[in-house]
Amino acid sequence: MIEVKNLVKDYGGHLAVDHLSFTIEDGQIYGFLGPNGAGKSTTMNIMTGYLGATEGDVLINGHNILEEPEEAKKCIGYLPEMPPLYVDMTVAEQLEFAAELKQIPKKDRENAILEVVELAKLGSVLPRLIRNLSKGYRQRVGLAQAVLGMPPVIILDEPTVGLDPKQIIEIRDTIRQLGKKHTVILSSHILSEVSAVCDHIMIINKGRLVASDTPDNLERQMAGEAGMELLVKGEEAKIREIIKSIPEVQDVKLTLSEEEGVWKAVLQNTEDIREKVFYGFADERVPILSMQTTKASLEKVFLELTTHVDEVVGEDSCLEVDEDDAYKEDAENAESESIREGESTDGSSL
Amino acid sequence: MAAVYKRELKSYFQSMTGYVFIAFLVLFAGIYFMAYNMMSGYPYFSYTLSGMVTIIMIGIPVLTMRSFADDRKTKTDQLLLTSPVSVVKIVMAKYLSMVTVFAIPVLIFCLCPLIIKMNGTAHLLVDYSSILAFFLMGCVYISIGMFISSLTESQIIAVVGTFGVLLLLILWPSLVNFLPTSAIGSLIGFLFLWTLAVMIVHRITSHNLLAVVLEAVGAIAMVAAYFINKNMFDRLLVKAVEKIAITDVFQNFIGNYIFDLGGLIYYITIIFLLIFLTIQSVEKSRWS
Repeated sequence: MIEVKNLVKDYGGHLAVDHLSFTIEDGQIYGFLGPNGAGKSTTMNIMTGYLGATEGDVLINGHNILEEPEEAKKCIGYLPEMPPLYVDMTVAEQLEFAAELKQIPKKDRENAILEVVELAKLGSVLPRLIRNLSKGYRQRVGLAQAVLGMPPVIILDEPTVGLDPKQIIEIRDTIRQLGKKHTVILSSHILSEVSAVCDHIMIINKGRLVASDTPDNLERQMAGEAGMELLVKGEEAKIREIIKSIPEVQDVKLTLSEEEGVWKAVLQNTEDIREKVFYGFADERVPILSMQTTKASLEKVFLELTTHVDEVVGEDSCLEVDEDDAYKEDAENAESESIREGESTDGSSL
Repeated sequence: MAAVYKRELKSYFQSMTGYVFIAFLVLFAGIYFMAYNMMSGYPYFSYTLSGMVTIIMIGIPVLTMRSFADDRKTKTDQLLLTSPVSVVKIVMAKYLSMVTVFAIPVLIFCLCPLIIKMNGTAHLLVDYSSILAFFLMGCVYISIGMFISSLTESQIIAVVGTFGVLLLLILWPSLVNFLPTSAIGSLIGFLFLWTLAVMIVHRITSHNLLAVVLEAVGAIAMVAAYFINKNMFDRLLVKAVEKIAITDVFQNFIGNYIFDLGGLIYYITIIFLLIFLTIQSVEKSRWS
């Protein structure tokens, strides 16, 4: 179990991590999600003892990372953003060095190395110099190095960055496999990646935890946001009357669209009311020009949480939705680029 | 600790640095040995060693430059600092690996007094104690280089910085002559040094009050001591700072044929001080 209590990292006036607290239970895959610069890497670097925190404590299986660093570090395998590999060594030498560094007893070393070589599929590159390896292979060597000796906690900082789609799938499978026996924490700014492998998502923005739940729960909490969007040609009063006659509609917002005499109606509802809406308008001979349902996706959750962080106080209140569509769209354009990029690479790979 | 030591040592011989360093030292030792001992017939190997002081001043910065700077640049320090090995052990392992590389040419030098003996009179005791002093002086240089390397990410800055410091140390005995010898001059010099020390403390701790208090206490104590006993300050600055000239100890061995035990202990103290400072500097980089 990992406990992070009130963690603060101050880079000379810039708070990279701002009073962050969370607990990580054993045997699950956790995903750290956040836009670039949210403080994911800094948090991981503090958790692994590479950086010191300005304030706060990190307990790894009960060992404080600062007071009992050696005990705590024995429980962790860490793959930083850039795999820390000596380019003048071969893969085999690097793994042997890491095994010795992690104080794996001499007699177990060979088996431990064989195990991770198989896991990361490194068999063919063992005698090669790391200098000559591609980014993907270096990432795999870094992963093998992190899981060497099978520590109970494995921390991976953006493990799929710079990999090709096939390698991404492979690494994800490996992570899922690891998650069966270990606690795995991985960070990413790519949402689909986190939702694909993680049992639990922690969304971080500007150094603060803005949400922490399972992917399903996060989506469910946002379900209230689901609804319909209609373009209807007619008079305002008439449209309001028709919508009122459908009891399932909880809330409605009418605005004039760009076309003359055409209204845009945004409905909020929980059940499927597409047919009722259709017949309701058809009976009154008011034409529906377009109709589409909107469903809260994880991506939307992510955007909501990372755009409106300033209004956030607690974990629950952050799930309240801002009504202002225009603002949302702006934010989407500005902030989701990286996510979309990730999504598209991902989509093509699957 | 053994893992880091072995890896460092291996990398010196994989990256050629080790071979080049050893070859460089042995080549120049050979040249000096031939010129002084073989051709001119001086029976003391220490003549050669005194020539080697300039050579290690060039060689050792090259040996030490990558010890910490490179790790920080390539981020491999992340592996070291997140593995269950303490910083003390990491620094010791790196230091010992460099000392090991330096020990190889020194061991080769140990053959030279025997060669002199084969050709006539030799002063083995003097020669071997000179080699010991030379070795320890090299170890001091390595600790200086390691400390400077731990301060920066750039190997170039590390090598130039170390070379500068070592050059300054060699010039030190002459530079001391330019310092004021009067009592008031000494006082001002000490106040300046104290302020410098307090500034370093402030830089490390970022504690304003502590720095102000330290500066005030130190300054008042010095000024008070000056007014109580003026004569005490006569030449005091010169006496204090000329101790920094670490080549003096070595000079005692090779020039005056004195086995300067105090000097060797002084060398070892400096080595430990610099190892300590390196540990602090590595620790500090995690907190900034």
